[in-house]
Amino acid sequence: MLLRKVSQSSALCGIILRIPPVLSGSPRQAGVVVAVSNARLYASQAAQAVLEKPAAVGSDAATKVEKKAAAAAESKSFAVNMFKGQIATAQVFPFPKALNDEQEQFLRELVGPVSKFFEEVNDPAKNDSLEKVEDHTMEGLKEMGAFGLQVPADLGGLGLSNTQYARLVEIVGAHDLGVGITLGAHQSIGFKGILLFGNKAQKEKYLPKLASGEHIAAFCLTEPASGSDAASIKTTAVLSPCGKFYTMNGSKIWISNGGIAEIFTVFAKTPMKDPKTGETTDKITAFIVERSFGGVTSGPPEKKMGIKASNTAEVYFDDVRVPADCVLGEVGGGFKVAMNILNNGRFGMAAALSGTMKSVIIKAVDHAANRTQFGNKIHTYGAIQEKIARMTMLQYVTESMAYMISGNMDSGAAEFQIEAAISKIFASEAAWTVADESIQVMGGMGFMKDPGVERVMRDLRIFRIFEGTNDILRLFVALNGFQNAGNHLKSLQKALKNPIGNAGLIAGEITKRAKRKAGLSTGLTLQGSIHPELAQSGDLTVKAIEQFGEVIEKLLIKHGKKIIDEQFVLKRVADCAIDLYAMVVVLSRASRSLGQGHPSAQHEKMLCDTWCVEAYDRVVRDVKLLQSAQSKQLFNNMRSISAAVVENRGVVSPHPLGF
Amino acid sequence: MSGRVLVGVKRVIDYAVKIRVKPDHTGVVTDGVKHSMNPFCEIAVEEAVKLKEKKLIKEVVAVSCGPQQSQETIRTALAMGADRGIHVEVSGKDYDSLGPLQVSKILAALAKKEEAQLIILGKQAIDDDCNQTGQMTAALLDWPQGTFASEVSLEAEKIKVVREIDGGLETIKINTPAVLTADLRLNTPRYATLPNIMKAKKKKIANVKPADLGVDLTSRLEVLRVDEPPQREAGVKVETVEDLVAKLKDTGKI
Repeated sequence: MLLRKVSQSSALCGIILRIPPVLSGSPRQAGVVVAVSNARLYASQAAQAVLEKPAAVGSDAATKVEKKAAAAAESKSFAVNMFKGQIATAQVFPFPKALNDEQEQFLRELVGPVSKFFEEVNDPAKNDSLEKVEDHTMEGLKEMGAFGLQVPADLGGLGLSNTQYARLVEIVGAHDLGVGITLGAHQSIGFKGILLFGNKAQKEKYLPKLASGEHIAAFCLTEPASGSDAASIKTTAVLSPCGKFYTMNGSKIWISNGGIAEIFTVFAKTPMKDPKTGETTDKITAFIVERSFGGVTSGPPEKKMGIKASNTAEVYFDDVRVPADCVLGEVGGGFKVAMNILNNGRFGMAAALSGTMKSVIIKAVDHAANRTQFGNKIHTYGAIQEKIARMTMLQYVTESMAYMISGNMDSGAAEFQIEAAISKIFASEAAWTVADESIQVMGGMGFMKDPGVERVMRDLRIFRIFEGTNDILRLFVALNGFQNAGNHLKSLQKALKNPIGNAGLIAGEITKRAKRKAGLSTGLTLQGSIHPELAQSGDLTVKAIEQFGEVIEKLLIKHGKKIIDEQFVLKRVADCAIDLYAMVVVLSRASRSLGQGHPSAQHEKMLCDTWCVEAYDRVVRDVKLLQSAQSKQLFNNMRSISAAVVENRGVVSPHPLGF
Repeated sequence: MSGRVLVGVKRVIDYAVKIRVKPDHTGVVTDGVKHSMNPFCEIAVEEAVKLKEKKLIKEVVAVSCGPQQSQETIRTALAMGADRGIHVEVSGKDYDSLGPLQVSKILAALAKKEEAQLIILGKQAIDDDCNQTGQMTAALLDWPQGTFASEVSLEAEKIKVVREIDGGLETIKINTPAVLTADLRLNTPRYATLPNIMKAKKKKIANVKPADLGVDLTSRLEVLRVDEPPQREAGVKVETVEDLVAKLKDTGKI
């Protein structure tokens, strides 16, 4: 019906007809958004997370769809808009200055003592071999106030903003990731729920002792059968008939600080009666559980590849009586609590890892500058130069992402989950690569225990796995992006129902698509946002964003809501998104340095330009692949290969020798 | 003895930094270089705070002479436990030529103004290595001095000081008021904890000008030139004494 009305105009005709029926007609059928009401069908955490935020699983899909469409249309997040092929500069240009003079002064005073402590008191090699943080170091950290960095000052903490926290966590990351996780599991996720969702009574009761380190906290979500699929947890918390307490039963695994914590943020399924239908379903609720409640036990410390100093243990809940006032947030709103906690702490990882990379680069460069082979210092050889340059760029991007996101958060940005997820993926993979290449530059010496880089490498492996595996986070980035782009298309479709009233919007969209089809630029530009010396890199970025936006739209139209299952596609889309955000972030940072006339500005310009050229190539390659007929065949091949090897429980091809 | 202790703290280039001479040879590069409290001053602050914790003295006042940035050094002292600070503002050319004579005049004037009973300083600063300020201050005030202190104990109206001297350790008893200078083994300075740094923000730092204290800052010294120490050259191994003598003759040493 809609199509016929509009096709009277021949100009609109060609373009409109390209939108297949899937997206026309009633909202009920349209795009990814509808999947909201089918949440139960999708087990993956990514889909769940995408679907449950920001508006909850709704009963009235139609109004929710419209509201979301309106919200998405006004999002300030760069990543959200990038999926629509648009450039939202508010959160990325200029590079945020998130500290006022007083905060900056205070932070400067803190950096010295913290660095000194880690240089002189903390012994990372000892912590690693003891598989525990030395007692006197723990005491020193508690005295130092390191356990309550973001707790408000009136509750015994330091009340640091995200940017200040990031700067200190960077120092920890540069010295000892095992200690970093002990501190992070405690405050970045362990009791963050109380900071974000706790009521006044809960905050006043728990935060002071947590800030001083008298009590350690732990975040308990993962179970033996529920990792990425967090919504499938089986720990239960059943409300007593009197309504005064819950009885909790279940077991959690791989809990950081599990063996030493006193306060646990635990996620359990609570049976809830739907007031409208009378049906009882299990929903996740977050609880504050004290070891002193009784029934809480923990297992021995796990033996791990890295971050050995951090305690990792199983935690068991046997008929634990949890008072009803220990519910954190809303009953049944636990999944949102969990996702918000993880989202809120993600920038910390990028900050810590940027510090780790810096210190590892120092070791590699020190070796390269002093080692002579074939008559020259090895840093004069191209192979080594490329490694050092790449390591430097990866560190520069990570650092820029960390402080851009923390700056955005401190400035009150409401939407940063895609960027935070991107930063976690990027930082963990970049750090792994940098450590790996550092060992390579150092040669045999890198493999030896003493220089300490092998320990850093072992410590880093887990960062690609915990707090949301990078694979899941890639799905999250892509699906989140598709959802927003889908909403945009939906709102466009709505506009088409009333073409006269929305003539401007429609005309704009038509012009954009016509230009795209003709291979012309759609008018997007970064001019005015970036320093003129970076114009070329800016152009590459804009071109990449345009092509990205276009392929997103094509993919949405082609797959509709089934895009959720196309993981080969989603991974590549996420990789593009990561590269694009990285380009924009370094453009912003380098622009600022050039504008400030920093002595290192030209060096940063080089980092930025080099990064943008290679990132652009990667994005273009992926965009091409996603549109090629060959890609479908490749993905199918891989699917078949995997099926065969899984069925055979091993490689299928017979031995070349025949036996 | 209860009363007020003045502790002098100096802002110097951090001990871990590689020092470079300025191209014009008038001094060393300080711009953008990491600075921190002189290590011996840290020991002095620690000693003063310890005395206060033992309730042997009432108030610890941290003093620093220098430009705006000296306030950071005072803040560190406050974070370690000093009660309040005094920043004597000296900048520009005056700061370049500021030396022990001027500082000791300032400290003497402040000690009188603040009615201090004890002045504790570091034995020397790691940038100029003068080892004079404590001694000069005591002389100007006509107070006894306990320098190179590795142990300090307050007894009634006297102070027992164990001094590190070339021959070993010397124990002396001096009257108060007095000037002490801290040596390396006097104590191990505490780490400024982050909560203490936060509390230190509320402590007061008074601003004073040398002119207010009636102190004349003119220097009697003029720095002519600053150079790096000569590059250490490689040594040569010789087999016999004859060779040694021959080599020494060759290079004109004998």
